[in-house]
Amino acid sequence: MPPPATAPSVRVVTLTIDGKDFSARADETIIEVCRENKIPIPSLCYLDGLSVWAGCRLCLVEMAGQSRLYAACSTMVAEGMQVSTDTPRLRRYRRTIVELLFAERSHVCSVCVSNSHCELQAMAQKCGVDHVSVPYRQARNQVDSSHEMFRLDHNRCILCTRCVRVCDEIEGAHTWDVMGRGSDCQVITDLARPWGESDTCTGCGKCVQVCPTGALVKQGTSAGEMVKDKHFLPILARRRHAQGATHQ
Amino acid sequence: MTDNPVSATPVSDKKITVATAWLDGCSGCHMSFLDMDERLVDLAQKLDIVYSPLVDTKVLPDQVDVGILEGSISNEADLHHAQEFRKHCKLLISLGDCAVTGNVPAMRNPFKLEAVLNRAFRETVDLQPQIPTVGLPALFRQVRPIHGCVEVDVFVPGCPPHADAIFYVLSELLEGRTPDPNKVTRFGA
Repeated sequence: MPPPATAPSVRVVTLTIDGKDFSARADETIIEVCRENKIPIPSLCYLDGLSVWAGCRLCLVEMAGQSRLYAACSTMVAEGMQVSTDTPRLRRYRRTIVELLFAERSHVCSVCVSNSHCELQAMAQKCGVDHVSVPYRQARNQVDSSHEMFRLDHNRCILCTRCVRVCDEIEGAHTWDVMGRGSDCQVITDLARPWGESDTCTGCGKCVQVCPTGALVKQGTSAGEMVKDKHFLPILARRRHAQGATHQ
Repeated sequence: MTDNPVSATPVSDKKITVATAWLDGCSGCHMSFLDMDERLVDLAQKLDIVYSPLVDTKVLPDQVDVGILEGSISNEADLHHAQEFRKHCKLLISLGDCAVTGNVPAMRNPFKLEAVLNRAFRETVDLQPQIPTVGLPALFRQVRPIHGCVEVDVFVPGCPPHADAIFYVLSELLEGRTPDPNKVTRFGA
């Protein structure tokens, strides 16, 4: 969640990240502290301005004295914490996660409208994924072009739920949600009705702008033409929060 | 990315021999190879292309230092080619997204092969619709990337990989280093 506009007095903690000392407010998450201090942590579902989902698992970090890994986006900092963000084990896990995302659905980058503007594609390059070592699932996923302005391609969806959260938390429409389990899991509009028939969609396009891949795009775009802009999000998130605080 | 270091350095101080083949792809990767332009002249001092759509040789030599495959494996001839390359090449490179991921050729995979053939040769044809069979290798039901059939040492994604990326990979190999193609190219690049 975005930090409150008027910060109440919060305790300050000190912790080490990759061997360096940092101080942070006790109500911050590890990923927030890392982003503030320009420590790169890969993530796909986390987005500043939206609630935490902790679904993509790319931001997993190691903690000294703990055998299990922690999602940096959903773990609060604590006094004396010793965090490692870039170890051989983490790099291996991140590579595997990205490979599994590519194997699960049909992400054909070369013919995607989001080619070269895609967070998944960039993540593959950053994590050192130059091929997918597991077999592709080769499942056929549907494309919903019923909306007059936007298009949904399930083939390119990684189920990060940014669309669900931005629609609910920022636009207040809650058109999007998630249906089904495992490999049947998919994002839906209203009660799994075609997007173009949605009663709740305001057509604001926030879901399209925050979508990290070519799953949600503008109609009429050709390969590589879909450039997204999510600068509105932190600004709107702060204003919403400030409004909420004054009304209380 | 392989964990083992790979090297194309030949045992003798002869030129490095390179073979290339074009499987189920559009030849764009070979065009990109040619796009190295004047750098090809320098490369030709250090390597010999002994088998390729770009040269006349019709037979793959017994021992080749570097094999470069463009395209995915979609039919029996593709598989045969890939196996021959693996057998005769010390180092095998998957060049381009079709070889590395399956890419566009693999987009038929979610459909039945019969449906794909009917769509291409019957439903959309006005005159004498028929499915060609004579002298053609049988299509596989599933299109696979090269490493889905034979072991691959170096992956160079891109559609096509930029000439600079191909030059980087070949230069690193000539210097006896393991190239890291992620520095210069990516899926869809």
